[in-house]
Formats: sequence, structure tokens, C-alpha cells
Amino acid sequence: MGHLLAQLPSFFTYYNALFLVSALASTFALTAIGCGVGLILGFVIAVLRRTQARAAAPLRLSLIVLVELFRRIPFLVTLLLVFYGAQVAGLNVSLFAIASTSVCLIATAYISEIVRAGLDSVHPNQWDSAAVSNFTLLQTLRLVVVPQAWLVMLPPAFAFFLLFLKDSALASQIGVVELTYAGKVLNNRGFSPVLSFGTILVLYFALSYPLMRLGQRMEVSLARPRHH
Amino acid sequence: MPALAITDLRASYASRPVLKGITLSVGTAEIVSVIGPSGSGKSTLLRVLVGLLRPDSGEVVVEGRRIDYASKRDIHVLRNRCAIVFQQYNLFQNMTVLDNVTIAPVKIKGRKRQEVEEEAQALLRKVGLADKLRAYPDELSGGQQQRVAIARALALRPEFLLLDEVTSALDPELVNDVLDTIRLLAADGMTMLIVSHEMSFVRELSTKIVLMADGLVVEEGAPADLFERPQTARAQEFIGKILRH
Repeated sequence: MGHLLAQLPSFFTYYNALFLVSALASTFALTAIGCGVGLILGFVIAVLRRTQARAAAPLRLSLIVLVELFRRIPFLVTLLLVFYGAQVAGLNVSLFAIASTSVCLIATAYISEIVRAGLDSVHPNQWDSAAVSNFTLLQTLRLVVVPQAWLVMLPPAFAFFLLFLKDSALASQIGVVELTYAGKVLNNRGFSPVLSFGTILVLYFALSYPLMRLGQRMEVSLARPRHH
Repeated sequence: MPALAITDLRASYASRPVLKGITLSVGTAEIVSVIGPSGSGKSTLLRVLVGLLRPDSGEVVVEGRRIDYASKRDIHVLRNRCAIVFQQYNLFQNMTVLDNVTIAPVKIKGRKRQEVEEEAQALLRKVGLADKLRAYPDELSGGQQQRVAIARALALRPEFLLLDEVTSALDPELVNDVLDTIRLLAADGMTMLIVSHEMSFVRELSTKIVLMADGLVVEEGAPADLFERPQTARAQEFIGKILRH
């Protein structure tokens, strides 16, 4: 314990703090990019999978294959696939870009399933009612289906976001300096592992706690307003 | 010219034929009721008419215009003229009663909100729900929901109303309120095609009754004729069964 306390002044220096903040920013950015892009593309995929046009059947099938594939491959393998894929293709892109691409692939696959389940939870008769009133597909989604599907999608979506925040640690495997990697670096510089990873733990919590609270608040506020 | 003329209409669910060549017509301000045993294709007929199920073949002519069910434009025009009320009401669960009635006229037809809301309130008064404007569907009884569904259909200003077993999901004591609402519409001269199991109601209100069985029209005629002097053996059997009690 005394050993830990002795290390404190040299641990919490300006440069270490800067280093940790930039690592925190990386973790945050990877999560935000993954969840943001995943949410948009996941929605698009889930909606496309519901279309019935025969001409779009090959598209639907390939989307299903992609989604199922990336849901089944471990994140680390996806990451390495993208990493070496980029090398083979001769693309000169940053490690962060590779990690971002990987998180987007994974997040899109997972979120599209969450959205699909949400859309499926809305009774088909709601689609019928919208159709016979001449709603377009987008109007049906915006005005009728999504407002009802949100409540079903939010809990698993936020559970996934939290899981995802922590899984972004795997980006350290290809050398992206995010929180976990920063912990290793500090530990390697001779700081106590308890101090290094304890700090990282606190920082992960600082990111995930507000995210969790946001999810809880959205669930409450999206629950249908009632007059009493 | 009939408001609706159907000729040799065929449709199937997953290659199982359900409508096997339906021919019938509904004149303007006429009320035609389709009766028949469960599974005879009555509800499917209405789903095909409003474009929820693509027919395999046959012809549907609405107010002199042949409907091409492969054409989005045709279906759009059709749905502007012809509204449907479903057995399970199908109200938008995320909207209040008032929003359920006003959303399509305001958002889809682009009419002025204030004008539509006044009209919607009048419609909801007519069906006896003036005090439920801000209620959500799941706060209402089945009969109340069904009357909202009728008001919603009327807010689209249809020339033509399809009613799909609108009372079969209701508790017996709620049925009469809904039937009274339909009687009001009939008195207003609304053209209607009704699928129903309420035989006494059908008999009282219809100008013509069509008996369907196994995807075909077995017999059609004026209520008195069909109920008292059914011509075909199939009709005699069905009428015999429903009139026995």
C-alpha cells in the first residue's frame, strides 16, 4: 500500500493524464463511431430485410449472410481480418481507421438484429392499418412502428452499447492506444498494475455509467406518456 | 355503373388457393353483406380488395376504374376511395384516439390540422366517444376501439367502406353500439361491403347478401330470398344451420 502511495505523485503527472485522456477519447470514439454507424446501418439493414420486392431478394439474402457471419465471428478475429485485409489490399490506413471499420462491422451486425427484433415486436396489423391509409414505408416506420418498437429495442441496445464499450479494448491487440492499451503502457513503465489498471477501471466506469443512465432515462421518457 | 365490380377474382396464400373465382358487384349506396362459414375466404376477399394481398387473377373495377394491383399508383387511388375497418380494430397503439383519426388526413392527405380535428371530433361524437379524445387504445373497451376504428376510416372520407367482421372480436354487450354506428352510416347512404356473422343485423341492413363457401360465391340475393328460399343445396345447408337456433 505504501508502495502504491509513493507512486502516486509520479503517476498522476500532466503527461500521464494527457496520455490517459487521449486513450479515453479513443475508447469513446471507437464506441461512438461503432454505435452511431451501427445504429444507422443496422436500421437500414433491418428495414431492407423486411421489404418483399422479389428483385431485392439477392440483396436481402446477402445482408442476412453478412449479419449472421459477423455476429458469429469473435471481435478479435474480425479486427485481425480487417487489419491483414487492409495490408493485403495495400491500403495505407491508420490503426484507428482499421479498428473503427471493425467496430462498425460488428456493431452493424448486432444492432440490425436488435432493430429487427424490435420491428418484429410490433403487431403486423399496425403495418396493415398504415398501408390501407396510404402511409409510405418511411411514414409507417416513423409514425407508427418505430415509436412502438423503441421500447423493445432500447434495453438490448444499451446492453450492447455497454458490452461494446468494453470490447473496444480488443483494439489494443493491433496497437490502437485506447484505455486498456494505456493501462498496459503505464504498467510496462513500471507503475504498479493495481494503480495502472485501477485507474483504467475508474475511467471505463466513468464512460459506461453515464451511458447506462442515459439508457434508463430514455426508457422512462419513451414509455408512452399517460394522462392521469 | 356499380361502385365496385369484381369479376372472377382469384387469390392464394402461399400457393394455397383461397379465392377461386369470385364475381360480385356493389352498387352505389348499396350495402352488400358477405356471409359464409369460417375459412370460406370472406376476409381474404376484403384484404385483396384493399391491396393487402395481391390477387392471382381477375378484375376489380372501382367507380369505373380498373385497378391494377401491381401499380402503386392504382392502389394509392383505390385506398383514397375505399376504407376498411378490421376485425381486430388495428388502432395505432402509440397514438391517442384523436391522433388515430386525424393522422392520415393530416400527414398523408395534407389537409389542415384544425379542420381535420374539428371533423374528427364530430365523427367521434357521432360514434359516442367525444369524451375519449385523449385516451389511448388500450384504455378503451373493444367496442369503443372498434368505433374509433370506424371513425378513423370515415375521416378518410371514403366513397366506400369495407367492414371485416367488425363485431366478432367483441363481447356480446358491446356489439350493439358498433352495429348502431353502422346503422347510422347506412342511413347516410354510405356504400358498404360487409363481412359479418351477425345474421339478424345483416338481414335487416343489407340490400344484397352474398353467401361464400370454399372460395366461391354459392348464392346471392335479397335478404328475404336468401334466408327464406335458398336455391342451392349448399346455401340451404348453411342457412339451415344458422337459423336452427
